[in-house]
Amino acid sequence: MRIVQELLFVILFGTAVYLFSRKAGQIRKNILLGRDKDLNDHPNLRWKNLLLLAFGQKKMFRNPLVAVLHFFVYAGFLIINIEILEIILDGILGQHRLFVPVLGGLYPVLIGLFEILAVLVITGCAIFLVRRNILKLKRFISKDLDGWPRSDANYILITEIVLMLLFLTMNAADQALQARGAAHYIPTGNFWVSGMFTPIFAGMSDGTLEVIERSCWWLHIAGVLAFLNYLPYSKHLHIILAFPNAYYASLEPKGEMENMPAVQHEVQLMLQPELAANAPASDTMPKFGAKDVTDLTWKNLLDAYSCTECGRCTAACPANITGKLLSPRKIMMDTRDRLEEVGRNIKANNGTFTDDNKTLLRDYITEEELRACTTCNACVQECPVSINPLDIILQLRRHLVMEESSAPAEWTGMFSNIENNMAPWKFSMDDRDKWATE
Amino acid sequence: MHIKTMAEYAANGETPEVLFWVGCAGSFDQRAQKITKAFATILDKVGISFAILGKEESCTGDPARRAGNEFIFQMMAQNNIQLLNMYGVKKIVTACPHCFNTLKNEYPALGGNYEVIHHTSFLQSLIDEGRVKMQEGGSFKGKKITYHDSCYLGRANNIYEAPRKVLETLDAELIEMKRCRSKGLCCGAGGAQMFKEEEKGTTRINFERGEEAVATGASVIAANCPFCMTMLTDGVKEAGKEESVKVLDIAELIEQSMK
Repeated sequence: MRIVQELLFVILFGTAVYLFSRKAGQIRKNILLGRDKDLNDHPNLRWKNLLLLAFGQKKMFRNPLVAVLHFFVYAGFLIINIEILEIILDGILGQHRLFVPVLGGLYPVLIGLFEILAVLVITGCAIFLVRRNILKLKRFISKDLDGWPRSDANYILITEIVLMLLFLTMNAADQALQARGAAHYIPTGNFWVSGMFTPIFAGMSDGTLEVIERSCWWLHIAGVLAFLNYLPYSKHLHIILAFPNAYYASLEPKGEMENMPAVQHEVQLMLQPELAANAPASDTMPKFGAKDVTDLTWKNLLDAYSCTECGRCTAACPANITGKLLSPRKIMMDTRDRLEEVGRNIKANNGTFTDDNKTLLRDYITEEELRACTTCNACVQECPVSINPLDIILQLRRHLVMEESSAPAEWTGMFSNIENNMAPWKFSMDDRDKWATE
Repeated sequence: MHIKTMAEYAANGETPEVLFWVGCAGSFDQRAQKITKAFATILDKVGISFAILGKEESCTGDPARRAGNEFIFQMMAQNNIQLLNMYGVKKIVTACPHCFNTLKNEYPALGGNYEVIHHTSFLQSLIDEGRVKMQEGGSFKGKKITYHDSCYLGRANNIYEAPRKVLETLDAELIEMKRCRSKGLCCGAGGAQMFKEEEKGTTRINFERGEEAVATGASVIAANCPFCMTMLTDGVKEAGKEESVKVLDIAELIEQSMK
């Protein structure tokens, strides 16, 4: 019987890890569809960002109360993983609480701490459910989240609560069995939280208790493995990608726009034709700006997968606050949705993209949204996981203007004013210093 | 006050301490011209040798770049850099945070490397060095002032304290809006919005910000950007407070209060 359980566990675990790795590989492939950009400079600063922004969740603390709750859930999940390690080893080796003899008196202390964390996770998730579904905070009832994204958020919170309850119930049943001296249930010492709940099992037989304990054990680990495989389809992927995304976050001042060396070069040749003679001829016509996800950088695409749709960006966006269509969160969600679509297309067509007459621009993000951006960087500032929606907006704008000559009439006028009068308004260059003589 | 150009300095074989980059708004916009004059007056009073580029100055290219027109940006930028390098410019001060951001952060990639300072930081160092001294009981003493962070000085370049330190010397009561510093709300002009109508929405961004600024009860809204100046002035007008609430640039506040 034990060997059957061990075998079952190994199959379950192996399948879960295999499926997850396969999907993770697919996501990695999708991200690498983006344009190349070297983001490996200043590793010291990058590690610092990783520690402060991802591990330390520095930006979450712009709203301290929510940050503390989120930190409980995050720390709970991270630290309880140590317990998962024991569970996995038990499962593979057919043991029960393998670490007890190793850790001795430290064991119940560790489990006690995990249990307190589990209670904090449950509390945090419950409050988050209330904020989303009862208090209906503005950023959670936004139409950005209509349909699947809203359910996704609730599924995640409910699953986390259920997993923690299974963990606590399993421990409580275990404690009760220990007290009765049941076989296999080696004494561990008192667990701080579940130890208080053993009386609820008072009327039950040893057999029933064992069924409860085993069921909770299996459901808990199966739930964890299922959750792992849910991540790649969910906004919750941020629990993994927040880390690389912080590492690869831009180190430049937020005001700086990415240079376009191709345009720089072309203008250089125009202004200094003497350089043209020595310039290497380029036979490929460069693309200006971004029309689809594959024109964006891989960091933009990593951003899209890292987004957990919290909406802090949109809540701070001046355009959105004043009722414009633009929502930086939607920019990120659209980018991910389109990237997933392109990824599926490539997979279905044996590795090559087959034109589907769709693009990120227009089929997902409209011109009206792009036009409304004031480039104020509020969205970039607010994002706790170092996402830059503005960078995508600006690349799409570049495509509109440079590839399609699509700009509002006032902008076209502004461009020609700059070109002809060296100022965005129609003033004579000769009057530029008139103020100094008045 | 005669304001000399770089060309005049060069003709005499001299170099000024600093180039005052006036910017298009500061040069042509009537309201912003007052800011330009106020800042030039301060520089003149404290005896800093400075020059402007005069007719040779061009748009930095900021609005074109942010609207998506990289060609026009590159044309402006490369011409400006050629000119600045020809004059051997080392240090630039500007009263426009958009020019500041472009000159400081975007010109280096194109071969333009200068020490670029926004006028609020420049004023702070003049005050710190004791070169700008305030009048006893200046005209803003005890008055309520609120400060509007421009996006291109604040979030874009992380300058939040210098303007506030300058305002502190006025002995005024500084009231912060709820959305201030890195949470500051945009005036609505950035990203080339200044040059077009807003998209359809429930209100205008500058009305939203104007209302927030007026709600502090301040009689002065301090700005550091000629575009914010235009937007906030309209916002205050919309809130019906144009008589009682003045939008002034930090340079104007200092110019009116210094000895």
